[in-house]
Amino acid sequence: MDRLDDLEAQSIFIFREAFARLKRIALLWSLGKDSNVMIWVARKAFFGRVPFPVLHVDTGKKFPEMYAFRDRYAVEWNLDLEVELCPPLDTVDPTLPPAARSAARKTEGLKLALAKYGFDGLIAGIRRDEEPTRAKERVFSPRGQEGGWDIGDQPPEFWDQFNAAPPPGAHLRIHPILNWTELEIWTYTRREGIPIIPLYLARDGKRYRSLGDVDITFPTASRAGTIDKIIEELETTKTAERAGRAMDYESEDSFERLRRGGYL
Amino acid sequence: MNILATDNAIAVPTALTRPLVRIVIVGHVDHGKSTLIGRLLHETGSIPDGKLDTIKAVSVRRGVPFEWSFLIDALQTERDQGITLDTSQIRFQTASRDVVLIDAPGHAEFLRNMITGAAQADAALLMIDAVEGVREQTRRHAYLLHLLGIHQIAVIVNKMDRFGFDESRFHEIEGEIADHLSSFGLSATAIVPISARDGDGVAKCTPALAWHTGPTVIEVLDRFSPARSLRDLVLRIPVQGVYKFDDKRIIAGRVETGAVAVDDEVVIMPRGTTARVQSIETWPVPNESRLVRTAHAGRSIGLTLDRAIFVERGDLISAVDAPSKAVRWLRARVFWLHEEPLAVGAAVNVRVGMAERRGTITAIENAVDPGLLSPTEADVIAQNHVGEIEIELAQPIAADLYAVNPRTGRMVLDLAGRISGGGLILSVDGEAGRKAHAQSASGEHPETSFAAQPAREDSPADQLANEAFRLNNLLFGLPPAERVAAFRRAFGGRIVFTTSFGLEDQAIFHLIAEHAADVEVVTLDTGRLFRETYDLWADTERRYGRRIRAIYPDHQKLEAVIGRHGINGFYDSREARLACCNARKVEPLNRALAGAAGWIVGLRAHQSGSRRDATLVSVDVERRLLKFSPLADWTREAVQSFAADNKVPINPLHSRGFPSIGCAPCTRAIAGGEPERAGRWWWEQDQKKECGLHITGATEPFPSVD
Repeated sequence: MDRLDDLEAQSIFIFREAFARLKRIALLWSLGKDSNVMIWVARKAFFGRVPFPVLHVDTGKKFPEMYAFRDRYAVEWNLDLEVELCPPLDTVDPTLPPAARSAARKTEGLKLALAKYGFDGLIAGIRRDEEPTRAKERVFSPRGQEGGWDIGDQPPEFWDQFNAAPPPGAHLRIHPILNWTELEIWTYTRREGIPIIPLYLARDGKRYRSLGDVDITFPTASRAGTIDKIIEELETTKTAERAGRAMDYESEDSFERLRRGGYL
Repeated sequence: MNILATDNAIAVPTALTRPLVRIVIVGHVDHGKSTLIGRLLHETGSIPDGKLDTIKAVSVRRGVPFEWSFLIDALQTERDQGITLDTSQIRFQTASRDVVLIDAPGHAEFLRNMITGAAQADAALLMIDAVEGVREQTRRHAYLLHLLGIHQIAVIVNKMDRFGFDESRFHEIEGEIADHLSSFGLSATAIVPISARDGDGVAKCTPALAWHTGPTVIEVLDRFSPARSLRDLVLRIPVQGVYKFDDKRIIAGRVETGAVAVDDEVVIMPRGTTARVQSIETWPVPNESRLVRTAHAGRSIGLTLDRAIFVERGDLISAVDAPSKAVRWLRARVFWLHEEPLAVGAAVNVRVGMAERRGTITAIENAVDPGLLSPTEADVIAQNHVGEIEIELAQPIAADLYAVNPRTGRMVLDLAGRISGGGLILSVDGEAGRKAHAQSASGEHPETSFAAQPAREDSPADQLANEAFRLNNLLFGLPPAERVAAFRRAFGGRIVFTTSFGLEDQAIFHLIAEHAADVEVVTLDTGRLFRETYDLWADTERRYGRRIRAIYPDHQKLEAVIGRHGINGFYDSREARLACCNARKVEPLNRALAGAAGWIVGLRAHQSGSRRDATLVSVDVERRLLKFSPLADWTREAVQSFAADNKVPINPLHSRGFPSIGCAPCTRAIAGGEPERAGRWWWEQDQKKECGLHITGATEPFPSVD
């Protein structure tokens, strides 16, 4: 059986479990390649619609191409889009290194959205192969009252049975594409014809492999100007996908600290 | 078998058509699981540029020796303490396979994490330290692999360098572990001597291991097969949900085993109702020539059926000639992960597929710690131990024997929503199973007398759930207009219909007046309804010649709310709004329903996202009654045309943009395109437009809100 069909079927299964087991869910749309694949798969799971809100937690510092993409496809895909603006930098833990601190505004924005809408489940497009603490995630991953991740006390999860009874005020992160790789995301994007933000394609010898805020995201050297070329490139590269995301590299545990605090 | 050098591995093209094998590495703490993973990543050239240098530099800075395990132990505490806390996964490639390597912690206290990782694997490497030999977690993990249904196991004897690669020490361990595995019917596909730290035996057999004639670790990985496809078994589709986004009623689920095709006859278990598959639904909708007509195991699909039979989440769609069993008793071999030991009499939640039932443990046998060499039997199953249990279920569940179907023959136990154990179903045939077991066990346990135990009495909640199950089956197939009368005939006790004179309520009132006189009709007069609503109330009484009983708020409670928040305080805060709703609606409703056995309401699944699951008959756990929504599956258009055809009086506000009408200060007209209930408490950002009438106990299968 085809690998992409298997991944798609598993992701659809997870979406349907989240929809059935939780009362109020939203899909976190970062506008990147991964969350676009998620939206696509959600539409397959629910036969053409996304039957819950799609939430963009907006730092206000995304690339203009990302905002243009959001505004176009929110309409074209008939999404129930909610935009939550992140609070300013001075509300964020000052002991974090600068880029991580900047990224942590998103955690604060998430907390605001959770308080405002009372979501008990947030669907997020993280993948195991991106980063080693994400590799340790559950598909249904509990978050505490403050949104924090208690990695020392993750519940057992097996045989596609999920823990989905968060205590009041807490929520679950649901990770439908946790087991996909970057290569599989791009191969699926090509197969399904899913639109992408052009920043992923090389211009002047550089392209973005991972998109975040303008000031803490950097392009990597690449000649891949088409999706076909990106796939070729990924089959041989030894550069990490998030090499251009400054907040991952400031100190040995900066990303772990971000994630324990409730970051994606 | 090819040995991979670093550069070769990178050059292998990654067509996604290569077999993908998931392999878990298990074994006792400190026997070198994470180290082997780091080494394998290195040997296959799978480490990103700069990663090794970064980790080496960090090790120097912190004054600790470099460890290969730092590559996979992502958490600071894991690296600080040199142990793995939680399971992780990493991808790499061998010559012929894409491999998902699953690291599993070796500490007993993290057994739940080991199971989380191992349950996803097709095959396992069991690590044994040549110095320490077979230890407690070696035995425990091996037994759990067996319970998780993993049969491809290779044993890796690590740290051979510490014994100078001594062949006789290797054979000693080989014999010990082979004995243990064979005690529960397993045998290793290979046993490999290695030094994970230095690489001997990992990708190649170095001169020190010249005596070893078997495969290297990488060769072992290349011999493992992906999990067997389950498409040759009979059809099983656990229903995840029933969606009615437009006119189609689509049953969503994943084909666990077998295959399904359009026109196949299927049986819905445990109900036993049958239907034919009318279509397999997909999106984007393909053109006629490419419509999907067959779906195999592994696909997540949608189905429509040719007959309107009741189907809900938790049902199991089965092949008609080999249906699953409908069981209220089962026997299983389980592992237990909760701190609180599992004892006879414990109430648990049993999950098989998407079905969940409450159950009671009626017997426990063979409860042991699988980590001990000669375990003694206990009468409870302690945390991280295993045993055999018998369970009686409150309602029937669809299930198979594990031997017949590995997917629908396994179950998970949870306590208050937290997964606490799991196991394989050994027997489902209550009386026969008990007797057979009592006989076979009589030699060892002459006192065993399960068959003599009286059948457990159903609790009132169980009786209600059984009644809801029966009524859903009965009512679903009826034309909607006949359901109200059928509900009255089929159900004893007092039935109350609460109306707020909305479109749906008026249609139901018409049905009651015409066909089911013995239903009480009441309305909650909040005191702040629209003038049009009061006029309609009077018109309706005139048209049908029947008085509608009015229930009023408790004046003291209402006076207190208004004293605290002011006459229009509900606009100021959600708290004030809910206090007002509570005094004017929820408390009077509870009085109206006191002593009632059934409650008829006008909910429809289409009204809003949070009402998507409205089912016909559900249990209101708090109020201990059955709640019946006769129009649950009607569209608004269908109700409108029913009202027009039968000259049912309706509220003139509906034609002025008010599809949903509540209290006058709290309802506004909506614009085209807004959800039907968008005009209720419109100033609140919260999307859950509820007053609290329709919030019921958490155990209701389909929570609904008003």
